[in-house]
Parts: sequence; structure tokens; C-alpha cells
Amino acid sequence: MKHFSPLRPGKLPVSIFLHRKTFLITVALILANLAVLIISTGLGDMNISPIDVLKTIFGRGTDDHTIVIHTLRLPRIIAAFLVGASLAAAGAILQGVIRNPLASPDIIGITSGASVAAVAFITYFSEVSIKWLPVAAMVGAGITSMIIYSMAWKKGVTPIRLVLIGIGMNFLLVSLTKVMLVLSPIYSSSEAYIWLTGTVYGTSWEMVWALLPWTVFFIPLAMVNARNVNVLQLGDDVAAGVGSAVQRQRFVLMWISVALAGSAVAVGGGIAFIGLIAPHMTRRMVGPSFGGVLPVSALIGGLIVVVADLIARTAFIPYDIPVGVFTAGVGAPFFIYLLYRNRNSRS
Amino acid sequence: MGNVLPGATAKSLGIVIGALLLIVCIYSSIALGATKVGFSDVVQSFTHYDESSNNQIIIKTSRMPRAFIAAAIGASLAIAGALIQAITRNPLADPNVLGINYGASFFIVFAITVLSVSSTSSLMWISFLGAAVGAAAAYLLGSVGRDGLTPLKIILAGAALSALFSSFTQGMLVLDEQGLNDVLFWLTGSVAGRTMEMLSAVWPFMAVSWIAALLIARHINVLTMGEDAAKGLGQRTLAVKIAAGAIIGILAGCSVAIAGPIGFIGMVIPYIARFFAGTDYRWIIPYSAILGAILLLLSDIAARFIVMPEELPVGAVTAIVGIPFFIYVARKGLEKS
Repeated sequence: MKHFSPLRPGKLPVSIFLHRKTFLITVALILANLAVLIISTGLGDMNISPIDVLKTIFGRGTDDHTIVIHTLRLPRIIAAFLVGASLAAAGAILQGVIRNPLASPDIIGITSGASVAAVAFITYFSEVSIKWLPVAAMVGAGITSMIIYSMAWKKGVTPIRLVLIGIGMNFLLVSLTKVMLVLSPIYSSSEAYIWLTGTVYGTSWEMVWALLPWTVFFIPLAMVNARNVNVLQLGDDVAAGVGSAVQRQRFVLMWISVALAGSAVAVGGGIAFIGLIAPHMTRRMVGPSFGGVLPVSALIGGLIVVVADLIARTAFIPYDIPVGVFTAGVGAPFFIYLLYRNRNSRS
Repeated sequence: MGNVLPGATAKSLGIVIGALLLIVCIYSSIALGATKVGFSDVVQSFTHYDESSNNQIIIKTSRMPRAFIAAAIGASLAIAGALIQAITRNPLADPNVLGINYGASFFIVFAITVLSVSSTSSLMWISFLGAAVGAAAAYLLGSVGRDGLTPLKIILAGAALSALFSSFTQGMLVLDEQGLNDVLFWLTGSVAGRTMEMLSAVWPFMAVSWIAALLIARHINVLTMGEDAAKGLGQRTLAVKIAAGAIIGILAGCSVAIAGPIGFIGMVIPYIARFFAGTDYRWIIPYSAILGAILLLLSDIAARFIVMPEELPVGAVTAIVGIPFFIYVARKGLEKS
């Protein structure tokens, strides 16, 4: 027990065991995120010193700075953080539920489901307000996971069937997306293609406000369910043996994961591999207990996307590269490394 | 797994019937489409080609290459699929699922957009290389570890490689919008708008691989009894696997170079071929070739009519045909089969 500190607030009838290392890492990551946020906000076509950034954020900057920071950079960076955090949390939950460290919303087709819906929205409903894009993407992700889940159902759902059928669905959805791109006019197809690669370019506050409620609702909801993930990780039989309603828990957790992934895709497009990398890095740092994995993953996911986007928009000025290209460039080799490292695990 | 045609005579008869069906499909592929062409035009364009006839020009320049390319690629992908399934002992494996097609696609897109390569024959070699890299990577990643090659591991490895290659491809296309418009249709998998020259560039390689596949069929039979049993019988399993891998790489590479990544032919067809021909690869391979050609021809005909007057990429049609099958096999369970 030497790694834990008990936390007993005087009058409240609760007591919590805090894993000291996890706590410290969480605090450090929050600070790192804030620091990156401020530095990143200052960098770009117009460089602004961190002190000026802070002044501007608190309403005391010059007019130029206010415009650049408030209308361009801040919404983009906050959106990048939220997207990264949601994707990472979605991945962490999914990996816990499916018990396969290689599962992530992009591998089993949830992200593609959201993408199909979003591309359909961009190409066929271009006159409808962009505000509805998140809803469309979430509906797409929802329908896809419903299909995957019911296809995998055979007196219950086993993780292996879920992964396989997810991979199959992913192939179908990817080709549907391409069909829509092929059949749509060239202008909207290249727009949709950039979106598919994943970008937070030109994100408005409207989008940030559309995403924020989902993130702040579902990540805590997943925290509440953290205990159940811990039990599910032991395997279906053990989990059922200790009294967990295995199928129901898995169902609920899947939906939380879908909502997080769907809303993130709606804003950031197909930013790949975050849901895979972040939870892994997290487990290396804080171990497998899900109560620690979830918040730390979310923070790491946010940090990765913000940093990747910073590189994507500053390294090749005047080009603004889609952030998804960078996350894929880092994420895909990492995935292969994981495959290699997990070579001895079963299921 | 059925063996509805017992005995060599029944199986040979099956091949003959299949070949006749294939001819009917090739004819339909030439005759059907936005412009309908009559039987006499089709025959005449072979015997007395008349340049003043619109229909015959359509046949010669567009329909005929398309039909032959579809047949050749369908057969190649199906043979590649049969071999992959034999080596990996996994009924879900096919060149698309294992990321081989995407490896070839990535190499081709890289060559077109970055190195500005445009000749079919160099693209073909690049495509071979990509397919070989994809196949080797999937196989290595799928078989490292204590339990060796497990069905799930190789599928995950394939999914990972597909994701890797497609995101690299996407990255390159995002940076090069002109390139995007050029290759988007190709990237979905299509046999439309190809010329006879493309086919004649790859045809010898395909033919050699088909024959080679038939020649190693006997050894594949031994290998499917299991690695240990095959070794016990004195087989150099590594040599057989490398030979099969080379054939798979060439067949998949040729197909992708012409038509882009077309999925699921290589998965569905060997399954149907085993239904007819049992477990003997000396029969499974010819059956796969004929059935694969038929399926791709039919899918391509469907692709012309579904959203008339526009055309669907045939890769999308085969995906729609293949996915229910994929789900069926996945539900049945990998371990048993």
C-alpha cells in the first residue's frame, strides 16, 4: 500500500485511496497542457510572446493580438485538445472493454462510420448549416457500432468477434466513403478528403461549443464506470464470477466510447491513431488500473493533438498541413511496434 | 466444407462448365453498358474490324480491354487469395485484408505524385515491390511470438498495415490536389478506362504466376496439413512458403498496378472453390481462377448499371458483395475452420 495515500475529507462520508504516482502525473500533464496551450497560441504567422498571450486571454491585449488569438488560434487549439482527449478516452475505454490492446475506434470502424456520415453530409447536404455536422457524425458512429455490435452478437458478444467484424465493417465503410468522393464534384471531394485525413483548420468557437458538452459529460461518465472496466479486463468468466453484468457493462461502455469518438470525428475528422497511442503511453506510466488510465489518457491525447497541430501549421508555413498526416506518421509505426510487443499475448 | 463434385471426371466437367460461363460473362461484359452492342458487332470486331462502325470502336477501345482485364485480375486475385488462405490457414485472409493491396497502392501513389513516374511497366515493378513489402510485413508481424501465426494476429497485422499505408497515401494526396483527382478513382479499384497495353505489360507475369501456382499446388496440399506434419513428410516448408509468397506478390502487384486495390475477390472465391472442389489445391486453384474471373466480370457489369449514367468503382461492388461473407465467416468462428 505504500504507493497510495488515503484521502479522507473531514466531514464528508467518503474516503478515497489516491495512487500517488498517478496523481502527480495527472497534475504534471495538466500543467504541460496549459504550457503548450499558451506557447502554441503564441506561435504561427504572427509570433506573440507568452506574456502577451496571457494578457490577451485575460482581455488586456492589443486589438491585433485579440483578433488573431480569439478568433483564429484559441478555438483551433482548444478544439485540438478536446478532440485528442475524446479520441484517447474513447480508445482507452474500447481497449479495456475488448481486452485487446490493439483495438481502437479507427481500427474497428467506428471512426469510419462517423466519416461516412460526415462526408455524406458535406457532399449531399452542403446547404444545411455546418452546426449539424457533429450530429451527423455521431449518428453515423452510432449506427455503425450498432451494426457491428449486433453482427457480433451470438449469445453475447466476444471481444474477438467484435474486432473481426469491426475490421470487416471498416473496409466496407472506407469503400463507401471513396464511392461518395468519386461521385461528388471535384471541389467538394478534395474538401472532404482533407477532412477525412483529419484537420482542425478553421475551427470556430461554434464547433468548440458543439463538442465541449459531449466531452465534459462522457469522460466523467466513463470515470464513474471505471470500476466496471477494471472487472471486465479480467475476462468474461471472472467478471461474471465476481458479479458483473458483463454484457450490459460492455454495451454501456461501448456507447460511451462511440459518443466520444463520434463527436471528436465530427470536429477533427479522421485524426488517426490517437485512440491507440495515448492509452498505451498511459499504461506504461500509471499501470492498468482504469481509474488512472482514463484521465491520464485523455490528457495525453489532448497534448499529442495540440503539439501535432502546432507542428502541422508552423513547420511548413505558408502551408497548413492536416494534423492527421502527422498523427498517422507517428501512430502507424507505433501500432506496428505494439503488434510486435504483444506478439505473445493471446486472444 | 463440401466437396459437391466427387471424382476427377465431375471436377473436369465442372471446369468446362465454368469456362463456358466465363465466356458468356466476357461476352456480356462486352455487349452490355450505356451503349448496347449486338452479337454480330461483337463477333465482327474480332473477325473483320471495321473502323467506321461506332459500336466496333467502342468494343475495341473500351469494352474489350475492360472485359479481359476484369477476367485476368479476377482470376489473379482469386488465386492469390487461395494461396494466402492456405499459408495462413485463415479463411478471412485476402490481399486486401492483409494490407498487400494497400502496400502496392501506397508505392504507386508515391511513385506518381513524388517521383512523377507514369509508364505502366515501371509502375508495375513498383507495385510488385509494394505488394511484396506489404505481404512480408503482414506475415512477419502476424507470426512473431510464441504461438506463431494465429488467425487473429495476422488479421490485426493486416488491418494495421492497411491503416498505415492508407494514411500515408492520404497524406500524400492531401498535399497534392491534382494528384488526388487523378488517382482517386483508381484508388477505389476500377477496371474502367484501361487500355490493352496495360494488360499486355503485365500479362506474361500473370500467366507465369498462374502456372507456378498450379505447379506448387501439390506442395500446398502437404503444407495445409500443418507445418509440423509437412516437415515430418520431408517438405522444405520455408521454400514452399517463399514460392507461394512470391506468386501472391506478383499477382496482387499486377492487379493493383492496373486496377487499384480491389478487395474480397480473394476471400470469397477460394471459399466457393473449396465448396466445389474439396481440399485439393490442384483443383482449388483452377476453380478459383475461373470463379474469380466470373465474379469480377459480373461485379463490373453491375458497377455500370447501379448508378447509371455514372459508374461505381468495381472495388466498391466487390466490397458490398464481400462484407456479408466476411461477417458470416467471422461469426462462424475462425478457430474451427
